[in-house]
Amino acid sequence: MDVDRFEIRLCGSGGQGIILASIVLAEAAGIIEGYNVSQTQSYGPEARGGRCKAEVVISSKQIDYPKAVQLDMILAMNQTSCDAYCYDFKPNGLLLVDSDLVEQPPTSRVVPLPFTKIARDVADTNLVANIVALGALGHFCPLLSRQSLETALFARVPPKTKKINSKALQAGIKAAEKFNLDTLPRSIIPEEEEI
Amino acid sequence: MFSGMTELRHKYLRHHKKFPHVWCPGCGNGIVLGAFIRAIERLELEKDEIVFAAGIGCSGRMPTYVDFNTLHTTHGRALTFATGIKLAKPSLHVIAVMGDGDAVAIGGNHFIHAARRNLDLTAIIINNQIYGMTGGQASPTTPYGAHSTTSAFSNIEHAFSIAELAVAAGASFVARGTVYHAAQLDKLIEKGISKNGFSVVEVMSNCHVQFGRRNKMSDPVTMLNWLKEHAVSKDNGSSLPPDSLDDKFTIGILADVDKPDYIEEYKKIRQKAKRD
Amino acid sequence: MAHEMNGRKFLLQGNEAMAEGAIAAGCRFFAGYPITPASEISERMSYRLPQVDGTFIQMEDEIASLGAVIGASLAGVKSMTATSGPGFSLMQENLGYACMTEVPCVVVNVMRGGPSTGLPTSPSQGDVLQARWGTHGDHPVIVLAVSSVSECFSITVTAFNLSEKYRVPVVMLSDEVVAHSRETYTIPSADSIEVVDRIIPNVPPEWYKPYEDNSRGVPPMAAMGDGYRHHITGLVHDAYGFPTEKQDEIETFLKRQFRKITNGFFEIQITKKINIEDAEIAVIAYGSVARSARRAVAMARAHGIKAGLVQLVTLFPFPKNSVVNVMRQCRAVLVPEMNMGQISREVKRVNTGLTEVSKYNRIDGQLITPLEIFEELQKL
Repeated sequence: MDVDRFEIRLCGSGGQGIILASIVLAEAAGIIEGYNVSQTQSYGPEARGGRCKAEVVISSKQIDYPKAVQLDMILAMNQTSCDAYCYDFKPNGLLLVDSDLVEQPPTSRVVPLPFTKIARDVADTNLVANIVALGALGHFCPLLSRQSLETALFARVPPKTKKINSKALQAGIKAAEKFNLDTLPRSIIPEEEEI
Repeated sequence: MFSGMTELRHKYLRHHKKFPHVWCPGCGNGIVLGAFIRAIERLELEKDEIVFAAGIGCSGRMPTYVDFNTLHTTHGRALTFATGIKLAKPSLHVIAVMGDGDAVAIGGNHFIHAARRNLDLTAIIINNQIYGMTGGQASPTTPYGAHSTTSAFSNIEHAFSIAELAVAAGASFVARGTVYHAAQLDKLIEKGISKNGFSVVEVMSNCHVQFGRRNKMSDPVTMLNWLKEHAVSKDNGSSLPPDSLDDKFTIGILADVDKPDYIEEYKKIRQKAKRD
Repeated sequence: MAHEMNGRKFLLQGNEAMAEGAIAAGCRFFAGYPITPASEISERMSYRLPQVDGTFIQMEDEIASLGAVIGASLAGVKSMTATSGPGFSLMQENLGYACMTEVPCVVVNVMRGGPSTGLPTSPSQGDVLQARWGTHGDHPVIVLAVSSVSECFSITVTAFNLSEKYRVPVVMLSDEVVAHSRETYTIPSADSIEVVDRIIPNVPPEWYKPYEDNSRGVPPMAAMGDGYRHHITGLVHDAYGFPTEKQDEIETFLKRQFRKITNGFFEIQITKKINIEDAEIAVIAYGSVARSARRAVAMARAHGIKAGLVQLVTLFPFPKNSVVNVMRQCRAVLVPEMNMGQISREVKRVNTGLTEVSKYNRIDGQLITPLEIFEELQKL
């Protein structure tokens, strides 16, 4: 698929696996699907807690500016990071949030899914909430196949955790499949004359 | 006998290139260099296999005068350069000579970490209890109460015991000698060089010009006598009452332990890395 | 894990690509001390070097790291260290030693916000003039700046090649954005990478003068232990390497240090030009800001503004010719930097009334965005 810049931002708190999820996403698009990819991140001094943001830019052309300019998708894994980093959307940009951890999203084009709860249900641990969310992101991202996401994931995680990660990814995809995008407004830009 | 020793020195000195040297008449550095040369001769090491590195100060000039691979580095850093050389070419015998200010003030951190790391290097530390080249300032081994150009009213800091510091930091071989006990010094340096692992030979030396002059010992003979009177052989020292050792220092071998050196350990790392 | 990396595509971080570039260039010794945002270079080297019979060592500080690197290079092994601002400050004395003794080595500074501890996880370009003038004394240096993962690999190879060829330490400036960005990169095949090695003496040891001048101004360099016993010192020295205080020997020695770099200007001064042919205004940028500038120039072109970009890969010796040529052609140039104006000083220095030089500066720990540069271009 020919694409100029498809931009995804993932944010949450340190320790939620935001950066790992962004790397898997980038490898699925860059190594397996063959796009040019740039993955960047910013974080504070904390290894756990604090705010954490990662971005992935996917393009069929050479990528000039490595960070996001206008976003197609944002994933927010808690309210603090959602408040801090949910900006620069394209008009049809899509926001995915952990519905239990983000109570008030800043836009109406939002897919709220309980990623952390799903992780606990299928894998008995919060640790794979990032992978559940990755499954959902992958489902809504037109550039990635399930297969490529799974291959990229398995290449990155320790072999022992393959099964649990696979379960989490599938659960994320499944939850996303149940969500009907047609229920959302098509653009986040309010039509001014109607206000 | 005398002509034999002259011949031996001429075998190793760059006598036609870099003499006269910068040291004062009566300086202990010459005795240390002589002991070093005799140790090398006894060990039958090739000149090409020897790297002789130094930092800055009077001791820093020592490598200039001998026909080895010689290196005059930055102040306090001789051991860091030596580390790189040894790791890059483990077949070389790498010996660093340092002064007390060089080794345990500005280079103190490198010194304790080299001891901890146990790379096969030899450190010869000439302890003359003063910064000589820069004009007699107090060093980390200047005794409490001594006078120097930066402690004109007397030194209120306490001195490091370099050899004991090296033992505590984990050096494989630690010895202390003096320039008065020259015959013993040859052997200590020889043992230090042949030891596999990090070895330290602290040499108590005289700087009558910068230290002695300000502390009622203005000639080399007085200073050498002071060394003679204050040195206690390690073996005798343990039998003396602690009080009588207060202003004394022990000489001899203080530590000699066998443990794997860094290069042997790193070879295993390379094997592991290639299997991974 | 893959020992054979060549020809394969990876998602690599800038720091990782630097380590791979170093190994491809023949680097077999690395000494370092942990510091954000440069640590991944050490981490990668600790993993990769033992696989290729090289040596990694973590030293007790940055002073020791560069000391060990110089030592290893003296023993004939290509060597490197990497750090960030605070560590780079500590390295300055030994960097001068490497200049004085003409020891090839590569020193990476992944710039973060300063001064002092500053902003450890944020980008900056505050160390540009420190890279040029940080160590004491008067001496030329080579300073290169990278803007992408691909350049982290290729310019690291260049850094080693220049270092070996001219017997000088080469400073590579990266920044937090480049260092931590991951981009897809295919590591080139080994035979497509040009690797330069230092020239070693071809005379018998008794004829060897380690610091003797020649037409290149770069004396052949013998490794310790290869039979060419000689003296190496940070004191000004004569052709044999022994300390000298003779005026004629001092000046001959120091002037040669400048001459050898001046001789190589054509090869050393690397710039990349984008859309310059018909440009009426130009951006002069380096490091991650050059990436923003690329996009800004594309935005300007889309709006009918004839803008171009000169990306400086070599910061010092300052690529005067390229910059002056662009200044002759353009009615205005813009120098955006993540500092208050360090390269813009150089640009102004070489501007003899040729054009209007304006600058755009950000020192809040954030990368300058394409939009900001575009807006500045619209004002020119």
